[in-house]
This record gives sequence, C-alpha cells and structure tokens, in this order.
Amino acid sequence: MSDASSPKIVIIGAGPAGIRASATLVQAGLHPVVIDEGHRAGGQIYRRPPDGFVRTPKQLYGSAAVKARALHMLFDRLAAEGRLTHHAGNSVTAVHDGRLHVLREGGVQVIGYDRLILATGASDRIAPVPGWQSAGVYSLGAAQIALKAQGVALGRRIVLIGSGPLLTLVGAQLLKAGADVTAVLDTSSWRRQIRGFAGLAARPIVALRGLALRARLGGRYHSGVTLERIEADASGVTAMRWRDARGRQRITPCDMVGMGWHLRAETHLADLTGCVFDYDEQWRQWLPKTDAMGRAGNGIYLAGDGARLLGADGAEIAGRLAAAACLTDLGHVAPPIQADLRKLARLERFARGLACAFPWPAEMVRALHNEAIVCRCENVTAGAVRDGVDFGGGEANRVKSLSRAGMGRCQGRYCQLAAVELVAAKAGCATDTVGRFRGQAPVRPAPIGAFLRGD
Amino acid sequence: MITAGRIVRLAERDRAEVQFFLDGEKRSALAGDTVLTAMLASGHALRNSEFGSEPRAGFCLMGACQDCWVWQEEGPRLRACSTPVTEGMLLRTTPPESWP
Repeated sequence: MSDASSPKIVIIGAGPAGIRASATLVQAGLHPVVIDEGHRAGGQIYRRPPDGFVRTPKQLYGSAAVKARALHMLFDRLAAEGRLTHHAGNSVTAVHDGRLHVLREGGVQVIGYDRLILATGASDRIAPVPGWQSAGVYSLGAAQIALKAQGVALGRRIVLIGSGPLLTLVGAQLLKAGADVTAVLDTSSWRRQIRGFAGLAARPIVALRGLALRARLGGRYHSGVTLERIEADASGVTAMRWRDARGRQRITPCDMVGMGWHLRAETHLADLTGCVFDYDEQWRQWLPKTDAMGRAGNGIYLAGDGARLLGADGAEIAGRLAAAACLTDLGHVAPPIQADLRKLARLERFARGLACAFPWPAEMVRALHNEAIVCRCENVTAGAVRDGVDFGGGEANRVKSLSRAGMGRCQGRYCQLAAVELVAAKAGCATDTVGRFRGQAPVRPAPIGAFLRGD
Repeated sequence: MITAGRIVRLAERDRAEVQFFLDGEKRSALAGDTVLTAMLASGHALRNSEFGSEPRAGFCLMGACQDCWVWQEEGPRLRACSTPVTEGMLLRTTPPESWP
C-alpha cells in the first residue's frame, strides 16, 4: 500500500483508459485505487467472460485479441503484485467534496481522493423506435456482451437496426458465432457514408476492416432505411417493420431487435464533480470540457469514451495522457506525451469521419408520433415530452420535471438525447439551447439499507 | 442444448449445471450464467413493466439501463445482467406476496 504522505489517486473504470492510466501511475511509483463495476478488468469492449469459460482471446476479440490480452495481463499483474488496489464489482454512486460513495456488498463505503481520473466509458446512443419497450429489444452493446461474456445470442431470429461501426461489427460477430441474423438495417445512406470518407481515411486499415465485415453481411445489410416500428405480442418482439431506401415497405419477422446509433458518453460522475460541459455538434451530445491531456480542473481528469468518443485505441492513449497530466500536476516526472498527442489527433479525425458517416437520426426522432415511448423506464411518450414544452417552455430540466422523461431508473441515459431533440423541435430552437438533463446522485440505484448499515 | 427460452446458447455449453427456482419452479442453468442468461434460457421475460402491460427482458446488459431488476423470494431485488446465478437461488418474475 502507499504511505500516508503520497497522494491518493482514484481511477473509476477499468476499461482500456482506466487500465492504461493505472499502469502509467504505477510506473511513476504511485499506488492508484481502481474502482470498477466489472468483476474482472477489461471494460465493455474487452470484457472477459467469467472463470471457467474456454473461448480464446482470438475467438472473443477477433482482430483486437492482442490488445485485449495485453491489457488484461498488464492489469492482472499489477493487481497481483499489489501495486494498485482494485475494487471490482463496486459502483460509485456519488462524488462530493473529494469523497466518493462506493456501493459494494455490505453497504456504501466512503473513499476520499486527492486526484480523480474518470474513465467511465460509454453506452449505446439510443434513438427510440416505436415498440422499443418490448421484451426482446436490446442495445447493440448488449448483443455483443451476451455473445462475449455469456456465449449466447439474445434471440433466434435477429434484426439489427441503427447506424455506426458497432452495427456492422455486431452483425458480423453474431453471424460468425452461428446466430441467425436476418437483417442489418442502417439509417445512414451510402451517400452519407461516403461523406465521412475523408475522416475515415485517417485510419485506412480500420476502415478497410469495417468494409470487409460489411461484406460478410451480404444481402442482409440495407443502407438508407426508414425504421417504422417494432411489432410485438404479449411475449415480446415478433417483427421489424421498415422501408428500404426506395421507399418499399418491408416486414421482417424476428424475435430480437438490437439497436444503437454509435455511442453516448457516460458523464454522470463528471457532472457531479462540477465539470463544464460543451455541446458537441458533430456527436450531437453534451461532453465534459477538458484540455488535450484530459484535465477538467479541480484535480479531476477524464479519459476514454466518457470524455471523447475515440474508441478503445483512443481510450488507451487518453488513459496514459490523463495519468501523465496528473503526475505533472503533482510535481512528478511524467512520461513523454508528444507521440500520444499526435496519435490522438489522428484518431480524432477518424472519429469525426465516423460521426459524419453514421449520424444521429435527428429527423426520425423529431417525427415520432405522440404515442411512441421515449423513456423506456417509465413509458413516457413523445406526446408527454411535447406537452412538457407547452407547460414549461423549451428547457430540458423543466420538461424532465413535468414529463418525468429522464427521471426513471436509468436516469436519462437512454432517453435524454431523444427527449432533448423533441423539445428543440417543439420549441423551435436549436438542440444545444435546450440544455441537458442534470446528473443527480445516486447515479446508480442503491438500496436504502446500503446507507443505513454501520450507523 | 435445445432451450425453449429467449436466448440461444452458441458457445461455452460445457459447464456444470446449476439449479435455481423461478416462481417456485425448479430450473437449470450453467455455472457462470448471469441471472439474466439463466432466466431467459428457459423463459421469455424477467419481469413486467410497472408502467405498461408489456413484459421486460433487459436492454443494455451493462448495468446502465436498470431494466433487468428481478425479485427474490426473500431479500432485495437484484440486477440480473450483472449478478451471477447461484445454486438454489429463489427468483421471481413478480413481487413476493409479502411485499406491501
């Protein structure tokens, strides 16, 4: 353990960013505390199955197997050598005044910090499609996690909808594993995808790999589609109703729909620490503001998809940079950063290309009929959100209070972007002027008993 | 393995069996399954929505959406996607009778 005089640095998240940040701090002779919800380090993209599973890294992570394995082995070694403290399976529910509330078995523990590195990652960016509240509708990330961490497909006949690299990747991975993927429906048109080409050329090998995966989908893949509704009966999903690029109506029977439009940064904890947020026009979401190294001020550092959506490779680099910034600020010798900053700039160009090629479906969301559900937690409809604007004006948090969209158990993670889109449309103003839902503690549901024990 | 549930096992089928109870009925799953996998291997839903008539079967599988909370015979609810199933677990798709 570290001695009392050395600064206490806590890292939240043990994905690519958190692992690289911890290793950089350990290298400098510090002993970070790493808190992660996963039972084993790796994050979502490099998530590991439980003990006793037998598939190889190559089977689990494909072309990223070497990177995944390197991260897993590095973290496991540092933990085994006692050079960091790993709190696995723990959730940080609140941050206040240099202290974290950590939900773990047996209750809530308070952990103080001098410096905090947030590597909280991202989840799927979801746009509601009528019927998406039905059993058998999952995020694309969920389909991938089920396959990777459990070896299962979440349905017998699968339709994937949305846009972005994960759409193609999950489709190809499921097919390879033997699942019945019937259709992969991309709301982005080919013309739109070509517009992102200049940016995508920043990583030609990754772009070509994406095209090769796309080719594996064959005739299942359709671009420029219009998603009409997910049909369901009392037991769950029965079909996807959509129109192809030429406007012909299609009904594809299925019992599972996977959906997602790229990623939404997980920013609740950054919000609670008081980070300043900027609206990012290209990603169509609010992102916490940092310098190039990930400094957010007040001893807070951000790394990975929770700050900038650059994917796993970008997260590794951002993790190193955030730790380097932290070391510099503490007066320690930091590793060189110039090469990492250059690499990050290239990844940024690529990510902008992705954002341009696979856009958020703003028009689809704005056209939702009033009965369509926007908040899946409490079945708040698009009509209720629009009514909120009539009563309270075009401000996100007033609409939240009036309609309860964003007040359910997911705390707006899956409805916020769509709700804000609807508010902007109804109020006739730009999306960024509507504002964003304020994050509130606890950022994960916690039983009351967890706070009472020990008092 | 043929299952009548929502999910299809594509790999990792060679694991020890685990028995648990769902709504009082004995069910089997495999060691290393999450509660979500275990329940959906032989069923179609985890619970019913409190705000609508439709059943729910989870959504994000990464602990973010909170759609997969399920009831236990005794004690607190649990998040099915991130909780491993254990031998003899007593799970319910509806609140226990004693729930106020």
